[in-house]
Amino acid sequence: MNRAASDISAWLVEQEHKELLRFITCGSVDDGKSTLIGRLLYETKQIFDDQLAALETDSKRHGTQGEHIDFALLVDGLSAEREQGITIDVAYRFFSSNRRKFIVADTPGHEQYTRNMVTGASTADLAVLLVDARKGVLTQTRRHSYLAKLVGIRHFVVAVTKMDLVGYDEQVFEAIRSDFEAFAHSIGIEDWVAMPVSGRVGDNVIARSEATPWYNGPSLLEHLDTVPLDVTSDAAKPFRMPVQWVNRPNQDFRGFSGQIASGAIGPGAEIRVLPSGRVTRIARVVVRDGDLDEAVAGQSVTLTFADEIDCSRGDVIVAASDPPEAADQFEATLVWMDEQELLPGRGYWLKLGTQTVTATVQHPKYEVNVNTLEQLAAPTLSLNSIGVAQLATDREIVFEPYSVEGSSPNRALGGFILIDKLTNATVACGMLHFALRRALNIHRQHLDVSRETHAEIKGQKPAVLWFTGLSGAGKSTIANLVEQKLVARGRHTFLLDGDNVRHGLNRDLGFTEADRIENIRRVGEVARLMTDAGLIVLTAFISPFRAERHMVRRMVPEGEFYEIFIDTPLAEAEKRDAKGLYAKARAGELKNFTGIDSPYEAPEAPEIRIDTTKLTAEQAADLIVEELLSRR
Amino acid sequence: MRQLTHLERLEAESIHILRETVAEAAKPVMLYSIGKDSAVMLHLAKKAFFPAPLPFPLLHVDTTWKFRDMYALRDKVAAEPGIQLIVYKNPEALSQGINPFDHGPLHTDMWKTEGLKQALDKYGFDAAFGGARRDEEKSRAKERIFSFRDRNHRWDPKRQRPELWSLYNVRKSRGESIRVFPLSNWTELDIWQYILREKIEIVPLYFAAERPCVERDGLIIMVDDDRFPLNGDTAVMRRVRFRTLGCYPLSGAIESDAATVEEIVAEMLATSTSERQGRAIDRDAGAASMEKKKQEGYF
Repeated sequence: MNRAASDISAWLVEQEHKELLRFITCGSVDDGKSTLIGRLLYETKQIFDDQLAALETDSKRHGTQGEHIDFALLVDGLSAEREQGITIDVAYRFFSSNRRKFIVADTPGHEQYTRNMVTGASTADLAVLLVDARKGVLTQTRRHSYLAKLVGIRHFVVAVTKMDLVGYDEQVFEAIRSDFEAFAHSIGIEDWVAMPVSGRVGDNVIARSEATPWYNGPSLLEHLDTVPLDVTSDAAKPFRMPVQWVNRPNQDFRGFSGQIASGAIGPGAEIRVLPSGRVTRIARVVVRDGDLDEAVAGQSVTLTFADEIDCSRGDVIVAASDPPEAADQFEATLVWMDEQELLPGRGYWLKLGTQTVTATVQHPKYEVNVNTLEQLAAPTLSLNSIGVAQLATDREIVFEPYSVEGSSPNRALGGFILIDKLTNATVACGMLHFALRRALNIHRQHLDVSRETHAEIKGQKPAVLWFTGLSGAGKSTIANLVEQKLVARGRHTFLLDGDNVRHGLNRDLGFTEADRIENIRRVGEVARLMTDAGLIVLTAFISPFRAERHMVRRMVPEGEFYEIFIDTPLAEAEKRDAKGLYAKARAGELKNFTGIDSPYEAPEAPEIRIDTTKLTAEQAADLIVEELLSRR
Repeated sequence: MRQLTHLERLEAESIHILRETVAEAAKPVMLYSIGKDSAVMLHLAKKAFFPAPLPFPLLHVDTTWKFRDMYALRDKVAAEPGIQLIVYKNPEALSQGINPFDHGPLHTDMWKTEGLKQALDKYGFDAAFGGARRDEEKSRAKERIFSFRDRNHRWDPKRQRPELWSLYNVRKSRGESIRVFPLSNWTELDIWQYILREKIEIVPLYFAAERPCVERDGLIIMVDDDRFPLNGDTAVMRRVRFRTLGCYPLSGAIESDAATVEEIVAEMLATSTSERQGRAIDRDAGAASMEKKKQEGYF
């Protein structure tokens, strides 16, 4: 081995002990954000000659720095961003010092990209807030501080940029520092430092600058090298590991794989599997290189148990003596991230750790104006808005409050995303505050007369016959005939339709999308209570959205829900137009009319489908009754 | 309590991503391109599912123009117990004899981009692991770890799903698929350090040796077999190695004496060009070349 290579061996051994710090930079291109990152990459030799050459060409074409190299062009990666001189999406950059490797999430500054900033901040230990020395602390600075604090960032750097353009004036810096101090105090940011920098010239970025003799603090890189890491603080908490995957290659091995969220684990440790609550001891901590005596927060491992107890994906393995809670109703902060606004009452997938459940969100308690931090009343949440709301899950989930006083946030068991069941888009992220005790305190009334008893004395099995289809498809007509035929056979039934529900129970609801969902939810609940009473319930509602029909299906016991699709083509329904509604909708007098300016999502796999262009209402009713009675 | 090093944290994150995909996707596959990044990704997958065998096959989208050393390592890996390797060649490109000399950009398009789409469709894979890293190229720096593709395998940079914490949304409609990049947060240096630490076998072409070369468009190209049209040139033995490997007529070599991983790292620290510079493929359409290719379905 030659000399260079033996030096490198020693160097590589040193590199083995490098730590990893993730941070975000907040601010806009105008604040010199990309320039500062470009400077960090350049000074730590992460930029290569060919990239620099490309940069020089680009600087001449799109640059804003005259003859200087425009480092911003280096970090704005998408063509649209380079052309418009803005940062749209989060970009990840990498560089390292002698002590640490850094992952930088470069996040956009404008308010319409709040969701992107929150995304970048979710994995960061520290935030660098950029403040233009000529402009001072702006609304945007406050917004970024608030958002970063919201997702649990505890360490802040206020980088006062463009100090070269204000003649390195200490007074300017001091005014900005004290301005931020007052604000930081007001929102509970405790650990922060301000530093005077220039990305363009490089002052106080890597080394302390002679241009600011009055500044005694560290350079940016010095600070990044020494700030405490969240992973250290995670390791000091009680043991938690969400189970990702059950490893069972053969009869002799059954292990539970996951990444340790907090704490440490070793053979012999007493653990509990949640939500079942069963207790056992750890037999082995398996990794491919050989079993471990101890594994800590951040590591991906496979655990085996001393006893054969049930455990699968979605369960959480926790310290037996110090388990987290399980609950099904929560208060949480939500950040809405989708073009389509929150629909209170609609079922969304909620993913927290490795648990995926159905969740419904109530109307927000309030929305936060991210610029003034005022709490405002809000009926719903739209793109980029942040609010606090209660939510309910269809089964208990294991969780921890997201924020912890004086410690790193519980990201793994306190942070969640909401997914739209139809589009599969990630529509929101959220941070759990606490469980609402309602589920535990109000025990369901124990019923001496069971739903089975109710059904038995009627000599029938309860069911919900859910008729869905366009307005004028024939739902009510056919449902009425079905009810008559069932009653004629001695069955106990009840028909719920738009008219008898809208005039009473749901008289407070209008026809917005949110109200229509609530309408269906209430009808579903009433139908479920009636099946508890042993009845066969028939409902006739347009119920255009799959998600809502699915929601009702989940309310009633398996096998008792019959989705009956009255399939009439729009042209045919419009031709019949018994109530003259289509004519009004076409004339623009009726808004949100299904089939005209609001969609109808046809059932994908209904229990029964009736083609009204082939069957008369009588024939359809006979077919439904036959189908119902033959299936039970 | 001991502190995890940056390599340990990167390793743990990649394993988490691999497991999350296997737990939630219907039919995952790992794209295996035989390069150093693929070698690291495969190594991580073995760790993620140990002691079980890999719960998915490897897929090599073959262009028939790889280096012979690459095919040798591929076949060796395929012979390991518990490894299932699928080799796919675009039959249309095969029948038309598409090659890098006569067909220019069409070569990459038909063999790689089209070949990949055809293979994914043919086997119905809904999630495909790839070894791309965010430090490679600017548009990659903005791509999610779970990158969503529509029915036509297209990437829409404006409709990316927010990716928070380590929560990945793996849901999709029928016909849509997800490309998963477990090495997103690794840098080229991390890859080499990990290869060294874990003693991972890589193609010998990464190490300097005397090889027959010619120059084409300023790139040093190795003449790996007699399909190479010399056009009167003579291949000259030069001491070279490769920083990235693809089709041999498109992979530029660098002159080097680095014959061990330590020496490669030493050379890298002293070097002044990025690894993609040796790739003819990125030069086609200027600054946005990769972004454009990805939108069309390139991995």
